[in-house]
Amino acid sequence: MARAQGRQDWNGRNRHTPVERMARGLGWFSIGLGLAEAAAPGAMAQLIGARDDDSTRGVLQAFGVREIASGVAILQSNPDPEWLWARVGGDAMDMAALGRVLNDRDTDRTRVLMSLAAVAGAAAADVYCATALSRERGRQPARAAGARPRVRRREGMHFKKSFTINRQPDVVYGFWRKLENLPQFMRHLESVEVIDDRRSRWRAKAPAGTTVSWEAEIVDDQPDERISWRSVEGSTVPNRGTVRFVPAPGARGTEVHVEIEYSLPGGQFTSMVAKLFGEEPEQQVADDLRRLKQLLEAGEIARSGGSVSLRQPAQPAPDKVRSRMAREGVRR
Amino acid sequence: MKATCWMGKRNVQVQDVRDPEILNPRDAVIRITSTAICGSDLHLYNGFVPTMERGDILGHEFMGEVVEVGSEVHNLSRGDRVVVPFPIACGHCNMCEKELFSLCENSNPNAWMAEKMWGYSPCGIFGYSHLTGGYPGGQAEYARVPFADVGPLKVPEGMSDEQALFLSDILPTGYMAAEHADIEPGDVVAVWGCGPVGQFAIASAYMLGAERVIAIDRFPYRLRMARDRAKAETINYEEVDVYDALREMTGGRGPDGCIDAVGMEAHAPGVIGAYDRMKQAAMLESDRPNALREAIMCCGNGGTVSVAGVYGGFIDKFPMGAFMNKSLTMKTGQTHVHRYMRPLLQRIEKGDIDPTFIITHRGRLEEAPQMYETFLNKEDECMKVVLKP
Repeated sequence: MARAQGRQDWNGRNRHTPVERMARGLGWFSIGLGLAEAAAPGAMAQLIGARDDDSTRGVLQAFGVREIASGVAILQSNPDPEWLWARVGGDAMDMAALGRVLNDRDTDRTRVLMSLAAVAGAAAADVYCATALSRERGRQPARAAGARPRVRRREGMHFKKSFTINRQPDVVYGFWRKLENLPQFMRHLESVEVIDDRRSRWRAKAPAGTTVSWEAEIVDDQPDERISWRSVEGSTVPNRGTVRFVPAPGARGTEVHVEIEYSLPGGQFTSMVAKLFGEEPEQQVADDLRRLKQLLEAGEIARSGGSVSLRQPAQPAPDKVRSRMAREGVRR
Repeated sequence: MKATCWMGKRNVQVQDVRDPEILNPRDAVIRITSTAICGSDLHLYNGFVPTMERGDILGHEFMGEVVEVGSEVHNLSRGDRVVVPFPIACGHCNMCEKELFSLCENSNPNAWMAEKMWGYSPCGIFGYSHLTGGYPGGQAEYARVPFADVGPLKVPEGMSDEQALFLSDILPTGYMAAEHADIEPGDVVAVWGCGPVGQFAIASAYMLGAERVIAIDRFPYRLRMARDRAKAETINYEEVDVYDALREMTGGRGPDGCIDAVGMEAHAPGVIGAYDRMKQAAMLESDRPNALREAIMCCGNGGTVSVAGVYGGFIDKFPMGAFMNKSLTMKTGQTHVHRYMRPLLQRIEKGDIDPTFIITHRGRLEEAPQMYETFLNKEDECMKVVLKP
């Protein structure tokens, strides 16, 4: 959910930064220009020096709708730099169209050239504003739940997730401590093989049927309370994590708090994590915990037979079902 | 098997699709004997619910015969006749233990999607978009029912399909709407919308002790049914001002309980209706909440507004001033059907209510596309469609 950018004053009104104010100005400009194009395409055609016929009017009206849409999007998105980049794209379209008009007969070349200059000016403002806004937003901390995780090259990635499971801490701890159970709900894992009391070998699925594996050791183990682990030195996917099992108030079960940190110097890290977790690693951890909850509460992982991805209908064609079932595997 | 598939806005088709099968140990597969089209299916049909995909099987009101059970389902066996609640609930999470079954924490595999829209996710629902799990629905020959050891209720011998079918959704929904109105002796209850849920809300309000029930709609045949069958007094909002009428009918007090059985596609006459349609078309508002606004404005001091109608996103011009200054209470939610099925089945057996009175149209599954149009356009005095696969 979009949360207000910038700071708020004591009345809860947004205080916009100068760049944001400029972006909003461009948004309003877009709407104004769009309304003029959509409502009075004939007058607009004359103003820019194009031939006033049905096809010109049609194009102008379409461009008008585009302007209004991008203006509204900028204002509504509080402003999102991507919508300003969309305006830059629109400017390019405008200039291309004007360029074609320039070669037509029946055009007022002076007016067309003036219009081109005006659009170029607007484009420059758009590019400046989009760049500045992107930079400004880049500096700000992650916005709301669901925002991109902070993947920074040298520092690695760190996230926390918690879920409440309606089972006593000893049950949840016991299930987790039997590390072979982890792949049942951690979808990226293929297997965890216990070597001894402390050490284990983790194998994860990577694209194209390959796997990555690393060795981990438990560094802290307090029954029914917490488990901490870290990968051993020299591992391909250096990581460490802690899971805490806290009794939830009022006999609501156990709060499971997970903290995981991946670190790897250099760009190698990002690609490795992307391979393992896809685009949204934080979401994956949340999904893993949700599956753990389903397993421990309901005894099985909920499957709708068609909801694995939005791209698949609830009742897909038979071949799709088979390939997906093969891919997912049904583990119990 | 044959199934009613959503193929886009205002386009459903009965198609040949793959038969469902047991995917999890707590599943059952049901051969459907009766299924109905719900008013909330029209929200899908009209394209107001996001995350529908071409080919999704519709339907969340259905019953039938158990043909297969998973290894962990011990209370059902092949041949049992059951009616299936529309919310899918695991029975073991905190919400299920509190009997808030429509908030089951384990049945929506796409909970992350719903969380992005609503903060937290409700349960999975049959045939009701990918936001609530993408489960294939029951307007089909067969359906897979997850957590079948918790949901389906056996129908006693001698009770007809038509008597039992509405336990799957609209009878409990009407009942919960009335329960949410916190009815006390002497209370006057107003019900917006005289569709099937509205009719059952009226009947339930009387069962729960309402002194008088006043129903509001604009279709004469629906108002007639509310009067003749559900025993309500009626207001046609196209003929009179609802606020004035309710105020007069209640001796100046206003109704004690107001039930919105309309939801997000409310029709409204005049300027305010045009305003909502425009904002909805421009995607500045996802739901048209006219019935809800009116219920809040008309509700007497200290009253309760019960919302049974479905909403999906954001509404505009919520009369918070009226809500706050009159000390109103609002209660709402997808129906916790499991909670009401057994007691309502007993009421049907005792003859307290005969839910079949709302059925106006019966057809074969293949007729689903025409029936959606008939129901949507309220042609032929259509109130409720029951389909037989």
